[in-house]
Amino acid sequence: MSEHGPEKGIKRWLFTTNHKDIGTLYLWFSFIMLLVGGAMAMVIRAELMYPGMQVVNPNFFNMMTTMHGLIMVFGAIMPATVGMANWLIPMMIGAPDMAMPRMNNWSFWILPFAATMLVLPMFMGGDFLAGQGPAFGWTFYEPLSGQYDNLAFFIFAVHLLGISSIMGSINIIATILNLRAPGMTLMKMPMFVWTWLITAFLLIAVMPVLAGAVTMMLTDKYFGTSFFDAAGGGDPVLFQHVFWFFGHPEVYIMILPAFGIVSQIIPTFARKKLFGYSSMVYATAAIAFLSFIVWAHHMYTVGMPVAGELYFMYATVMIAVPTAVKVFNWTATMWRGAMTFETPMLWAVAFVFLFTIGGFTGLMLGVAPSDFQYHDTYFVVAHFHYVLVTGALFALIGGVYYWLPKWTGNMYDEKLGKLHFWLSVISVNVLFFPQHFVGLAGMQRRVPDYAVQFADWNFWSSIGGFVFGLSQLLFMYIVIKTIKGGEKASDKVWDNPEGLEWTVPSPAPYHTFETAPEIK
Amino acid sequence: MNNADQNKITRRLTGKLLLVVVGMFGFGFLLVPLYNVMCDVLGINGRFIDIQSGQVDVAEQERLGAQASLQVDESREVRVQFLTQLNQNLNWEFRALDNAVTVHPGQVMEVRFYAKNLTGREVVGQAVPSIVPAKAFKYFTKMECFCFSHQVLKPGEEVEMPLRFVVRPDLPEDIRTISLAYTFFDTENRDGGKQVRAEEPAAVLAQHAR
Repeated sequence: MSEHGPEKGIKRWLFTTNHKDIGTLYLWFSFIMLLVGGAMAMVIRAELMYPGMQVVNPNFFNMMTTMHGLIMVFGAIMPATVGMANWLIPMMIGAPDMAMPRMNNWSFWILPFAATMLVLPMFMGGDFLAGQGPAFGWTFYEPLSGQYDNLAFFIFAVHLLGISSIMGSINIIATILNLRAPGMTLMKMPMFVWTWLITAFLLIAVMPVLAGAVTMMLTDKYFGTSFFDAAGGGDPVLFQHVFWFFGHPEVYIMILPAFGIVSQIIPTFARKKLFGYSSMVYATAAIAFLSFIVWAHHMYTVGMPVAGELYFMYATVMIAVPTAVKVFNWTATMWRGAMTFETPMLWAVAFVFLFTIGGFTGLMLGVAPSDFQYHDTYFVVAHFHYVLVTGALFALIGGVYYWLPKWTGNMYDEKLGKLHFWLSVISVNVLFFPQHFVGLAGMQRRVPDYAVQFADWNFWSSIGGFVFGLSQLLFMYIVIKTIKGGEKASDKVWDNPEGLEWTVPSPAPYHTFETAPEIK
Repeated sequence: MNNADQNKITRRLTGKLLLVVVGMFGFGFLLVPLYNVMCDVLGINGRFIDIQSGQVDVAEQERLGAQASLQVDESREVRVQFLTQLNQNLNWEFRALDNAVTVHPGQVMEVRFYAKNLTGREVVGQAVPSIVPAKAFKYFTKMECFCFSHQVLKPGEEVEMPLRFVVRPDLPEDIRTISLAYTFFDTENRDGGKQVRAEEPAAVLAQHAR
């Protein structure tokens, strides 16, 4: 068995049960989705570059904002974190593969079909430019979404995405709980494994609730029920409760694996052990628990009783405590470390700094009385792009640079990597920072036009957007260049990194840890 | 640990995790009755009126109103404003004839609303009220209201409908304005008019006319 290499040609990828192959598939899929969702963001920024309508019609614009959100959340960030998990978790815990390799194959191969089903309605009905696809926002609030003609495509796409995530999560939990090398106790696991274990539990807890929500939409639309329809005794506000009961844990599903990646990168380049390992674990668990009891802070303006607003406000602001524990731990890890700034470290440091900005604006939004002012403005857009782009995405990119030499056996081009970083980090701030200002001044989100006083900041935001978008093509070039060749990477790659993945040769052989390693 | 043991353990764990998945799918649906209970307890969202039956204990409302009006607090004024809207399934004209009135707590006031059936069929409508701020809900007593029962309008028929109410004297001091919003629903067209949005409105209207 151990001499068995991968199959040749397309069959290798279709039928593979190898965790490294499947990890690669996930990562490429998510990168393609990143480019697709990014192209949609470019359309949005082109339209918003100047006040007035110039590039697309309003319905097409709405379709772009909707599809951009859905694709980035379900197509880019989530599969990318699962790809990282596939590649790394077995190697980090000394397991030969995932616990259920065939289900692993299926988890991935559902995704391209789900994504196709999600984007297909855009091309149906003849006139692409009229905007035939979903155009009700990525949160698909009822009753607006119930008006949409091709709703079934959207609903079944979400079902498929959910099934894929649930299978992937069960696999990850089973791998972590059952396949750890002897001596690898839970509290010895790398932080990335810990964050993914907790993320996987979040996923199996809330993806079924999302499935329930879209199932209710389905029966409302086609089978005469009235869960969300006021005329039949239902309530659209109920939809928001069910959606955000999923939606809030979902944002932690996207950020916790990023926390894990950063917790791997920073100790390597600070040349110190991660500060406060056990507090990191407990903070992650605390964040996960709190994420279940704060959902209504997304809907302060629906007319909740004051007691409800106060409860959700206090619970929300409480999340700042474990999150601050993490930020302080990363900072303390760097404190007096022998730091060097290779590309992965640059992304990780930018993550700590910029994610914290997103965290602070999150606190402002979490305070109910001030949220009434910010609700549905560009301030919210700026907030969640700071936590998701400079948070989750930056950590993922940093992670790719960090482990790419292990995956491919070649070093990436350090000069180009740094160029990619500086282009991205400057442009992303030009892109999103002004959105705080226009948001505070009252510019609404999800509207293709705006009052002229917002013109200057929007112009700069668009310029930043175009540069940030193009910079990611440079990322693609660097990755392909590294796969094709380059300076050979050593087995350790970095200066004394911690973790079992650095004990195997570079590139990592097709099969690793067929006999479990010794853990001291 | 050999492979067979490993598989058995994995299978058992997977079974347990699948139970969690099924349970959470059920929990999503459990949120529906939970939500309704919460709304009933808090008296929000106007959900105490069932659109299909429209039943309200009128005698009890009358008793509460009479009790509240025993003592008029001339020293305070409360502005009550009225908003009207139609559910998408209903093609009526509906508006308040008095947009806003100023009352003393305890003072009985009567205002009128206007409705006209714009469709070519007889429609049984039901109005559902909603009060902002929600805190004012239990201090606002309706003694007579068109929302207490179904309103049946023949094609083209127009009506003026009364609302007699009293704001209770123990209304918290900080409430100076109360907004009362009415939404009218068609009791027979439960699907929220989703079908009416189709390309051929004429055909759909004909179907509704039966």
